Amino acid sequence: MPVGLPEPRQPAVTAAPLVEPVLAVEHLSLRFAGVAAIDDLSFVLHTGELLGIIGPNGAGKTSVLNCINGFYRPQTGRILLAAPPAAPGAAPGPLEEITRLAPHLRARRGIARTFQNIALYPGMSVLANILSGRLAHMRASLLAGGLHWGPGERELLAQRARVEEIIDFLELEEHRDHRVADLPYGIQKKVELGRALALEPRVLLLDEPMAGMSADEKADMARYILELREVRGLPMILIEHDMGVVMDLCDRLIAMDYGRQIAEGLPADVQHHPEVLRAYLGEAVAG
Amino acid sequence: MTRAAPTPGAVLERPAPAAAPAALVPDTFPRRLVHNAARFGDRVAFREKAFGIWREITWREYLEHARACALGLRALGLRRGDVVALVGDNRPELYYLAMGAQALGAISCGMYQDSLAEQLAELIDFAEARVVFCEDQEQADKVLAMEARLPRVERIIVEDWRGMWRYRHPKLLAFTELERLGREAARADPAAFDALVAEGRADDVAIFCLTSGTTTLPKLAMLSHRNLLSQGENFLAVEPHISPSDEFVSYLPFAWIGEQMISYTLHQLVGFTVNFPEEPHTSQRDFREIAPHFTFAPARIYEGLHSMVTVRMLDAGWLRRTIYAWGMGVGSRLVDLEAAGRPVPWWLRLLRVAAYWLVHRPVLDKLGMTRMRAAWNGGASLGPDYFRFFRALGLNLKQIYGQTEIAGISCVHRDGQVRFWTMGAPIAHTEVRLSEEGEILSRSPSVFLGYFKNPEDTRRALRDGWLHSGDYGTLDPSGDVILFDRMGDVIVTADGTRVAPRVIEDMLKFTPYIQQAMVVGDGRPYLAAILNIDLGNVGKWAEDRGLAYTSYADLSQRPEVLDLLEGLVRETNARLQPEWRLAAFVSLYKEFHPDDDELTRTRKLRRRHILARYRDLVEAIYAGADLFQTVVTVRYEDGRVAELRPVMAIRRVEPPPVAAPPAASPAAPSAGPPRPSP
Repeated sequence: MPVGLPEPRQPAVTAAPLVEPVLAVEHLSLRFAGVAAIDDLSFVLHTGELLGIIGPNGAGKTSVLNCINGFYRPQTGRILLAAPPAAPGAAPGPLEEITRLAPHLRARRGIARTFQNIALYPGMSVLANILSGRLAHMRASLLAGGLHWGPGERELLAQRARVEEIIDFLELEEHRDHRVADLPYGIQKKVELGRALALEPRVLLLDEPMAGMSADEKADMARYILELREVRGLPMILIEHDMGVVMDLCDRLIAMDYGRQIAEGLPADVQHHPEVLRAYLGEAVAG
Repeated sequence: MTRAAPTPGAVLERPAPAAAPAALVPDTFPRRLVHNAARFGDRVAFREKAFGIWREITWREYLEHARACALGLRALGLRRGDVVALVGDNRPELYYLAMGAQALGAISCGMYQDSLAEQLAELIDFAEARVVFCEDQEQADKVLAMEARLPRVERIIVEDWRGMWRYRHPKLLAFTELERLGREAARADPAAFDALVAEGRADDVAIFCLTSGTTTLPKLAMLSHRNLLSQGENFLAVEPHISPSDEFVSYLPFAWIGEQMISYTLHQLVGFTVNFPEEPHTSQRDFREIAPHFTFAPARIYEGLHSMVTVRMLDAGWLRRTIYAWGMGVGSRLVDLEAAGRPVPWWLRLLRVAAYWLVHRPVLDKLGMTRMRAAWNGGASLGPDYFRFFRALGLNLKQIYGQTEIAGISCVHRDGQVRFWTMGAPIAHTEVRLSEEGEILSRSPSVFLGYFKNPEDTRRALRDGWLHSGDYGTLDPSGDVILFDRMGDVIVTADGTRVAPRVIEDMLKFTPYIQQAMVVGDGRPYLAAILNIDLGNVGKWAEDRGLAYTSYADLSQRPEVLDLLEGLVRETNARLQPEWRLAAFVSLYKEFHPDDDELTRTRKLRRRHILARYRDLVEAIYAGADLFQTVVTVRYEDGRVAELRPVMAIRRVEPPPVAAPPAASPAAPSAGPPRPSP
């Protein structure tokens, strides 16, 4: 190879540095008829961070996500979301309280999630399901959209282009026009992620995205999650029972038991934390 | 049948056509592209589906990309005679880069994208490639994993960077970066590309094309610009209907000579549009969206389409099934009359019009074949039943015969003369003859330059300008080539009779009850067959007759089943010349299986393995035994080991034939071309 050639250039990696908070949870408590589902929980999610929440069944993991996206109203505590950055790629704005905001308004501010049990429109195509995630970004009126002409048509084309990017990202080309109900479980999970991404979220909440998947499908899903973090710098909160996945993927872990945070830190540290061992394995081992 | 059966010793030769091949004006691929970019300009050369939409690439853009690739590769230090290996799913970028490399005088070498990392590395190293193009992470990972064994590779160019955000290997280079380098070089020296293209010679090696070999060395056929372009011209001379307004869908591997033939060579000669599917999984759907005017595929594609249609029809309601069966019946009758060269009555033509609108057209529409003028089957020949099926639908399905070593095609069926059992007649400026041993030889301007770094195989394949195919065959009275088998598989019995086992096996397998068959008898006084019953169909047959059985092994040895098989073997024998008849058969207690090395993964017999494995059984057949017991050790998946002692009956079908004098034994079945019918 002749000397003096330019070094190979590669596409820029856009992951933002891990410093700015995008989401903060402060002293959150949630009780159902006296039972504490969440008990004084506080944590911060940073830009580009993949935060894992682990804990035994009933520890309150899903309740945390439900509070963040507005399905549950916590009795005490605050939830704060950073204002959108001033310019694309810039640092996120100051934190704003969203504790009292309705779920659809939080979605519009950029909080998207997937569900433990798939919640898609089973009779509609993959394309239509993902397109439904674009609703928050649609501007044309219902009438114009129905006409397929003028502004409505332009809008649809623009939205379709975004949806196609997601289909390409999740490798769903083959299933584009298939009815969701006819698809295998693993593919439906991908479609759900696709719909959440269609929102162009600033924070993504993933509730057991790999539950019930085969090893191959898990590997695929892990690849998508990693790419979202590495290339797009999307902050995510991941609830997952597969410890191997959690340990491999997450930057930081929070362990919960009976609604309380029992450990927090790097995956390897949390894994060996005595409280975590006790919660998972019982008293005898931890002693 | 006047001169159908060539006797060994006689050499049948086709006279060479009088006119010499006309000289091509733009006689290298890069020169053709320059010519086409000027001729077609903004017409569409490629169409690629991306993000759900067909995106067009004009001829002018094709040239610009090829220029950028050529100068980019040159900036990387690539020179005349160097090799660029290309691996990936079909995308325009493969073609830009192949063209760019050839503009430099370098050689493009397509590799199969489903190769394992080891195989890929071995080939890249053997080809002495200095640059490897990988379409995506999957291919790049294979090359990077084997990098220690690829000292000659200087650059690994990757088109799709997905998933490679952390890759920092110094040899990696983005395809966009290569083109940027090339465009910079073009700005600095606008005449550089034209000067490079002007240096090219028609006899330069354009591509290395991988062929399947049985020796230890890989076989990379070296094909020149002249080889490929003359092949295209000679093919077009007999298939003149292909026009610049046609559509073609490119979905078979770029490394396959068939793809090089059409998407590269004919594309440059004619100027039709080549369409690339979005993903391999969507190719069937994308194929239908485009509805191409012609297609070229190996037999397994047609077999797959046939089973798809058949399975769908089995699921259909009674009315549809009835109409479908009627429509296919009308089509088949017409096709059989045409193939036999007999007149078609007017009323059948009338029925055929009704069947076309009710059945044929809707089926063809599902397959994306409503506009198709010709569908060629290349590689292995397609069974006559498949031929009848597709032609009954009104699809102009034709057989192609040829080798990579003759740039793809030497023979093709002519319209109006499609006889299912032949491989068609030689294309323009192509001679085909038989050697004394019955090997098919061919000669044309497209015969390759030799195998790269493999003089031994080159000497075997290329003698006095004649390409030795290794295929055993004959010529039928009309001059069409008939293929029997590979030379190496031909059986020579004790009296010197040459037998093509595949012909007999295909006839046996065509019945629903025999799943696999292997004919043995090399060096023996008579032929025998080892049969595998078809468990599903024979099982059903047994149930219909109230026969109880426990397992495959049990069913295979039921006297009633052996009687059934004996009847089938006798029927087959009746259609064979006496020397080719089976004298004995065994119903094997198990099915041949790839896990036991008895079949390839594509379900072809591995004759040597089978012969070694069942040596004692074969000995028993020729020792005249009636029963044979074997001892088999079976290892179950849980680790248990069991010993089975299956007993197999050896059935004698007819007395061993009296040894006929060798000279009187024709090499072809006396009943004419082998044409099994259901």
